Amino acid sequence: MTEQQHEVDVVVNGVPHHLSVPARRLLSDALRHDLGLTGTHVGCEHGVCGACTVLLDGRPVRSCLLLAVTAAGHEVTTVEGLGTAEDMHPVQRAFRECHGLQCGFCTPGFLTTVAAFVAEAPDPTEAEAREAISGNLCRCTGYQNIVASVLRAAELTREGGATS
Amino acid sequence: MKPPPFAWTAPQSLDEALAALGEAGDQGKVLAGGQSLIPLLNMRLAAPARIVDINRLTELAYLRTSADGVRVGALARHTDVELDDAAYSVQPLLRRALRLVAHPVIRNRGTTVGSIAHADPSGEMTAVLALTGGTAHVASAAGPREVAASDFFIGPLESALQPGELLEAVTFPAFAPGTGSTFVEVARRHGDYAVCGLAAAVRVSDGLVTSARTAYVSVAPTPLVLDLTEPVRGATAPDADWTACGAVAAEQTEPEPDIHASADYRRHLVLVLTARALAEAAARAGAEAA
Ligand SMILES: Cc1cc2nc3c(=O)[nH]c(=O)nc-3n(C[C@H](O)[C@H](O)[C@H](O)COP(=O)(O)OP(=O)(O)OC[C@H]3O[C@@H](n4cnc5c(N)ncnc54)[C@H](O)[C@@H]3O)c2cc1C
Ligand code: FES
Ligand code: FES
Repeated sequence: MTEQQHEVDVVVNGVPHHLSVPARRLLSDALRHDLGLTGTHVGCEHGVCGACTVLLDGRPVRSCLLLAVTAAGHEVTTVEGLGTAEDMHPVQRAFRECHGLQCGFCTPGFLTTVAAFVAEAPDPTEAEAREAISGNLCRCTGYQNIVASVLRAAELTREGGATS
Repeated sequence: MKPPPFAWTAPQSLDEALAALGEAGDQGKVLAGGQSLIPLLNMRLAAPARIVDINRLTELAYLRTSADGVRVGALARHTDVELDDAAYSVQPLLRRALRLVAHPVIRNRGTTVGSIAHADPSGEMTAVLALTGGTAHVASAAGPREVAASDFFIGPLESALQPGELLEAVTFPAFAPGTGSTFVEVARRHGDYAVCGLAAAVRVSDGLVTSARTAYVSVAPTPLVLDLTEPVRGATAPDADWTACGAVAAEQTEPEPDIHASADYRRHLVLVLTARALAEAAARAGAEAA
């Protein structure tokens, strides 16, 4: 049986893409398998772990709970779109400085979630930082350094805002 | 896991959506935020033949707030409702309850109307609709109808919606002047579904309690509304015996055990959380008097 294919135009990290996919293709799989953007990780596929989090029109969402066909016409930002090794996003710099990762499996989901969070709340309390990442699971770090990374990311964002 | 195959259509207007749902009949399923439906598809616990994706119906992405209440359209995301200041000032329980619904990232996508349609007895917003005495605005190719909250929830994951129907909006009425409210719950982790939780509303007139009502999640097959006024009627808010109300509530609930909590522990939570929530609501009653 061949499934009906749907034509999907979607902008990923600023680049327009055209996909031909069955309706049941999850955005997470479209990103990883159809577009080769394997930075978005897939843990649970039921919304619990947060590893697959991407930005949809700037708001963090679970890519495993979104059909690629539903994302047509929207803008998606994955971890690859945040920064590069030479020019890291403040959140990426903060996670490196504060040792906010070990194996790195959960990290893309934290980075996208935290990038949206510090843009909206550049001066969070520690409690707010913890709440912001409460929907992301990490099996390695014990979270202390991740919380420190969120606070440092906010600090870098404030400094960036002051100098530019 | 991945969803099973299904036929998919994404109507551009409400009329088109109703026609598609009418045609699909009992083979059809509405896809709103997908935060409950897509996990069910991924786990292969649901396998609808046809999905009607309402995410292009931007005409339903509205909040209409008047002094009487807040009408929430089917495409308003939980986050939109949570952050809306006008909605908060008319019905503060919306924001208070939404802060306990999952995590911010899930709320960015999930819809408040979808969580009513889903009729999960652990879903906070079902209790808010029940306690406020809200209304479900149902649309279909045959025409619109309205269902009172008290008739809408039929059982776990079962509502009064029929095949071919779309829940177009729900209205959360404002409370009477002088009413304070809160939502209190115990969950295993922040953002998890509650082991036991409740919405509470206390009305105070001239310093005396005139009404104390609650609605529970995770203790009954549908959101359970209780009137607990009797033990505290006419008391001043600071002196009211809220624990007596909690005891009455615990007597009236028959919670089921599950892997997270025994029935006795849930009943204990009903008692303690009811007393806590009513005291908190009463303390706000003066401050929130309109
Ligand atoms: C990790 C995680 C944690 C969560 N925790 C909580 C929690 O603590 N509390 C809580 O309340 N919820 C929780 N949720 C669920 C979340 O609130 C959902 O958004 C909500 O239950 C359903 O809304 P939706 O728009 O995503 O609906 P969908 O998933 O799209 O649909 C759910 C069901 O409702 C039907 N439906 C949806 N909209 C309509 C409509 N307009 N007309 C007719 N039928 C419709 C669908 O056909 C489907 O059967 C959680 C979800 C996840 C993934
Ligand atoms: S893979 Fe999407 S939340 Fe776990
Ligand atoms: S760093 Fe390994 S799961 Fe978070």
